[in-house]
Amino acid sequence: MFDSPDKLALGFVSGIFFGFLLQKGRVAKFDVILGQFLLKDWRVFKIMLTAIAVGSVGVYGLVQGDLASLSVKPLVYGGIMVGAVLFGVGMAIFGLCPGTSVAACGEGNRHAMVGVLGMFMGAALFVAAYPQVEPLIQGLGDAGKLTIPEWLQISPWLTLAGLLLVITVVLMSVEYLERRPPNETTGPRRATAPPFAPLNDIIR
Amino acid sequence: MNNVLARKSWSPYVVGAAIGVLSWFTFASANKPLGITTAFENTAALAEKAMIPNFEQTNDYYAAKAKDGKTPKIDWEWMLVVGVFVGAFLSASLSGDRHREKVPTLWRWRFGDSIAVRFVAAFVGGTLMMFGARMAGGCTSGHGISGALQLAVASWLFILVAFGVGIVTAFTMYGREGRTHV
Repeated sequence: MFDSPDKLALGFVSGIFFGFLLQKGRVAKFDVILGQFLLKDWRVFKIMLTAIAVGSVGVYGLVQGDLASLSVKPLVYGGIMVGAVLFGVGMAIFGLCPGTSVAACGEGNRHAMVGVLGMFMGAALFVAAYPQVEPLIQGLGDAGKLTIPEWLQISPWLTLAGLLLVITVVLMSVEYLERRPPNETTGPRRATAPPFAPLNDIIR
Repeated sequence: MNNVLARKSWSPYVVGAAIGVLSWFTFASANKPLGITTAFENTAALAEKAMIPNFEQTNDYYAAKAKDGKTPKIDWEWMLVVGVFVGAFLSASLSGDRHREKVPTLWRWRFGDSIAVRFVAAFVGGTLMMFGARMAGGCTSGHGISGALQLAVASWLFILVAFGVGIVTAFTMYGREGRTHV
């Protein structure tokens, strides 16, 4: 019924940091999530891509040093595709994702609390319908716990180098686009638009 | 230091990098990736076992989970979710960012100021989202951050499809004009 107390304590401490960071990142807010889906506010992408870039190097380092093991989820096509569609529709209507909705409850957000009750309903329906849903999850095939380097048959470090390059280019492009004046998305940059300066963001 | 903690907003790059470092910590200390929705599923499974007579005889959920060594319990992930609530409460309290939003501005512009309508939508949205997350085996945290940083193909596929569908849904609901209200 319960994990060991030290594991529970580690989970609790990790969660406090995670919730604190989500709140300070302002992603526990409906306006910010919808701002991302309406391609206006790129905060969600920035946080996720930076977390992936920084996290991946350290986690692969830990795995290389035998200090941790990967915990990769299986590529069950039915579950991933149908699940992702339901998830995307639900998240756009609710305006928060599972982690950020729990953080939004910590902020005091009332409709987030209602949405979290809905999340319990969703989990309960999933467990209740498990015998019927499981064939749909598995039905379109299972490619196993596949990682990109295994799939491409290249070194994980080469994959990471490529990923970091792609993330850097994407984030710099986002910064560039955001600094363009509104309603002139195809025209040249207005002279008054602030120059690209990611360090300002970090200090701000 | 107190000044920094009292701010309402940190740079997304600082927050993202810190979440990356936090995932080093969770892997190093507990050999666990950050993830939220497993705890919801486990809670629901424990509740249904307690409330529904003969649940284990009529539903092979527990048998299937036991086979994978993932019998539902109050575990690391469960406490992680509790911690997220507490951490966000602390952060919002330190910066005076606590609020009781019932109907967000964008929603009010498009669907009116009925609290009941917004609450029903939040409930239904949360239900759909969690059902989808459990079908896929993860959410924005478990797939979008933790799975992606482990370079899992399933996680990259999930997050690309989920966010693509989210973008289409948002534009369907609010249109381009919605962008002026967020």
